Amino acid sequence: MKRLYTLKILRGTSEKQYFEEFELEFSPGANVISALMEIQKKPVNKKGEKTTPVAWEQGCLEEVCGSCSMLVNGRPRQACTCLIEPFFEGADQTTIVLAPFTKFPLIRDLVVDRTSMFENLKKIRGWVSIDGSFEQGQGPKVNPDVQEALYVLSTCMTCGCCSEGCPQVNEKSKFMGPAPISQVRLFNGHPNGASEKSERLKPMLEEGGVGDCGNAQNCREVCPKGIPLTESISLIGREATKQAMKDFFSLSDAKKQ
Amino acid sequence: MQEVKEVIVVGGGLAGLSSAMKLAEEGLKVKLVCLTKVRRSHSVCAQGGINIAVNKKNEDDSPLIHAFDTIKGGDFLANQPPILEMCLTAPSILNMLDRAGCPFNRTPEGTLDFRRFGGTLYHRTAFCGASTGQQLLYTLDEQVRRYEVKGLVEKFENHEFLRLVLDDDGIARGIVMHDIYNLNLEVLKADAVVIATGGCGVIFQKSTNSTFCTGAANGRLFKQGMKYANGEFIQIHPTAIPGQDKLRLISESSRGEGGRVWVYGDSSKSIEYPDGSSHPCGQTGEPWYFLEEMYPGFGNLVPRDIGAREILRICELGLGIDGGNQVYLDVSHLPREKQHKLEAVLDIYEKFTGTDPRKLPMKIFPAVHYTMGGAWVDWPAADDPDREARFRQMTNIQGCFNIGESDYQFHGANRLGANSLLSCIYSGLVTGVEIPKYFSSLKKQNCEMDESIFSKALEVEEKRQKELLENTGSENVHLLHDELADWMIKHVTVKRNNEDLQKTLDKIKEIKQRYKNIELSDKGKTLNQTYVFAHQFEAMIDLAEVITKGALLRDEFRGAHFKEGFDDRDDEKFLKTTIAEYDPQEPKISYEDVDMRHYDPVKRNYIVAKKSVPEIKNFPKNIKLPL
Repeated sequence: MKRLYTLKILRGTSEKQYFEEFELEFSPGANVISALMEIQKKPVNKKGEKTTPVAWEQGCLEEVCGSCSMLVNGRPRQACTCLIEPFFEGADQTTIVLAPFTKFPLIRDLVVDRTSMFENLKKIRGWVSIDGSFEQGQGPKVNPDVQEALYVLSTCMTCGCCSEGCPQVNEKSKFMGPAPISQVRLFNGHPNGASEKSERLKPMLEEGGVGDCGNAQNCREVCPKGIPLTESISLIGREATKQAMKDFFSLSDAKKQ
Repeated sequence: MQEVKEVIVVGGGLAGLSSAMKLAEEGLKVKLVCLTKVRRSHSVCAQGGINIAVNKKNEDDSPLIHAFDTIKGGDFLANQPPILEMCLTAPSILNMLDRAGCPFNRTPEGTLDFRRFGGTLYHRTAFCGASTGQQLLYTLDEQVRRYEVKGLVEKFENHEFLRLVLDDDGIARGIVMHDIYNLNLEVLKADAVVIATGGCGVIFQKSTNSTFCTGAANGRLFKQGMKYANGEFIQIHPTAIPGQDKLRLISESSRGEGGRVWVYGDSSKSIEYPDGSSHPCGQTGEPWYFLEEMYPGFGNLVPRDIGAREILRICELGLGIDGGNQVYLDVSHLPREKQHKLEAVLDIYEKFTGTDPRKLPMKIFPAVHYTMGGAWVDWPAADDPDREARFRQMTNIQGCFNIGESDYQFHGANRLGANSLLSCIYSGLVTGVEIPKYFSSLKKQNCEMDESIFSKALEVEEKRQKELLENTGSENVHLLHDELADWMIKHVTVKRNNEDLQKTLDKIKEIKQRYKNIELSDKGKTLNQTYVFAHQFEAMIDLAEVITKGALLRDEFRGAHFKEGFDDRDDEKFLKTTIAEYDPQEPKISYEDVDMRHYDPVKRNYIVAKKSVPEIKNFPKNIKLPL
């Protein structure tokens, strides 16, 4: 039996956004990306009018690059892993609403500019400072359990789902969102990275830092990689408080150790 | 005279980031151009690991054995000196990544763990779960971000390379790029340009590649006079999940950890084994582990070209799942801790198919995966008298370097799994050594250039943009791509034959003509992805022609290039690098000798497991590694 589905897509630029609908025939294995590709080949809307192809971001299509973030029926997620089949829920027709993220500047259709996420990685010193690439011998030994924990944190693909889902990330607040806070935990957890622990905690204490989290816990819900973001936030929150105390009593890190 | 110190790096994958990091470390200023956020580059898709022979499993492994495995895996088509130097540098690359925080898997003692991969008998693949490429890319991205904060790296993300700016002597002096968000054209100036733009899998449309991997940058450079080498060597990965939008890779590490490939046997059918003997196709109704039977030495870990061909052969006998083009890849028998190491790929399988591969065998089929061919680049070997006078990784266009998957250098006729991450990082590091050297040899510097060379290059692209946006006609660029890819997949992948290759070449010529008659469905300038693709597609057609013509002329069977009617490797005629040069009619093909100073070619044999490796000849006396 032929099954049809409609993609209702919020299109346009920041000057003018509008919905446009496209009707497609379901074929097994279809996902949001393959549907958008189909529209791209033949951009005709549900009314039968010729239109422009929908703009969207994509890359690996394996959920490791973080490109294809968008709202699918209001939920922030990666479009590549979004299969069409489950939306039918037994019916022979369904409508799926696609919209761009709202917490980042809109470029066009489903594409937003997530540069701010990468700027945040600069703020938190998201790297391990090494003396140079030249031969310096082996790195430190790492307990496999620690490695495992760091690996999970390091799978963050800067897709922005956590920020999009977070009520504290909005026009009125400077909150940097959950992802960079979890990255602080990653780099502070690495034996070589730990030497810059306090530098990473400082921006956590400033406006936009960990204190702006409202504990809605949506981030953990929507993270496509299942990163324990709420755990990271509470951990870094505690660390940041300790750092604030230390700074207050002017204890240098060296003395403390 | 003002000191030259700016370099343009095009491409933000592992190779580009490695180059940018090393150049910044040398104190040069880097302009990093990338058509996406660098952190989203295709290197994230590499799953299984990175080969480094540090003998941590006490197997008497060594960089020399790694080099020999790589050369043999590539069916002796690769020049040997760069491979040797790469394998010798590998242990230092591992140390660097490890110190920089890359979360490699560990043994209980806390040292790095290693797994086995295809085409070798040693455990020499370091890994981060099953998303090693992503983790390595992030590690280098983080280091480059550090240099960005220091002001040594400036990023131009969402920008795409369109052409080189050449001076009157044909020396690279900059690039023209466009901003993907608004199609603004811009010139960037620098006295060296490093191209690190990856492979060209998207020519075949459905592949394991990211949608960025069109090969357009190399195609554009080819048209500007850059030599392209070994184009016909395209790797088909044996194990991918068929899909509508892409063919998703299931890492070779799934077999490295003990995964087995099988189909149900049928003893009424028979098949010829690689040793020439004839055998029934297993027992009817019982799982038949055909790779293990045919290649008892390497089993499921034969090199990829062999794996892909055998799977196709099995399916052609009607033994695929339900008689179709799929076989089983089974990890369901593996203990939980081994499955855990494969988590990232098993999750991909489950998310896209709805089946849990921890419980049921996966259904897989071969897919276009890696571009062994690429830009021809120079490599004066360590002991050569002109080692210092020439420049490693430089294309035939002076000042234009090419690294990573977009060059042709390190993998010959077939790449071994887990060697690509290594070659990307290594070739990037080499530019960090060669470019400062190149700068001190330069007679004229960028500031001495006449402004007209830049404005003329910009004009060419302005005109091109206007034409493409305004073109009217009846062809749709996406449908043309469908058509091209259809032909390429059918005739220029696992099994080739001269008749179909010739027909494909004719088809490509036809598509080239029809391309002139395309009309874009979007004529605006704001994030016009149809325009961006249509611009790329022109370059993709040129590369498709290079790939197909190279395949047509190479009458032999070597590595990934298998042609019906030519059952053997023909070293006498074809132990040679294919060189393609642009010609408006059809690419001109010539051949160049392969540098085989270290090992004599032997027949590839993966039937028996033999650990002895021939003694290396002419080991360089004056070798200086980039780390």
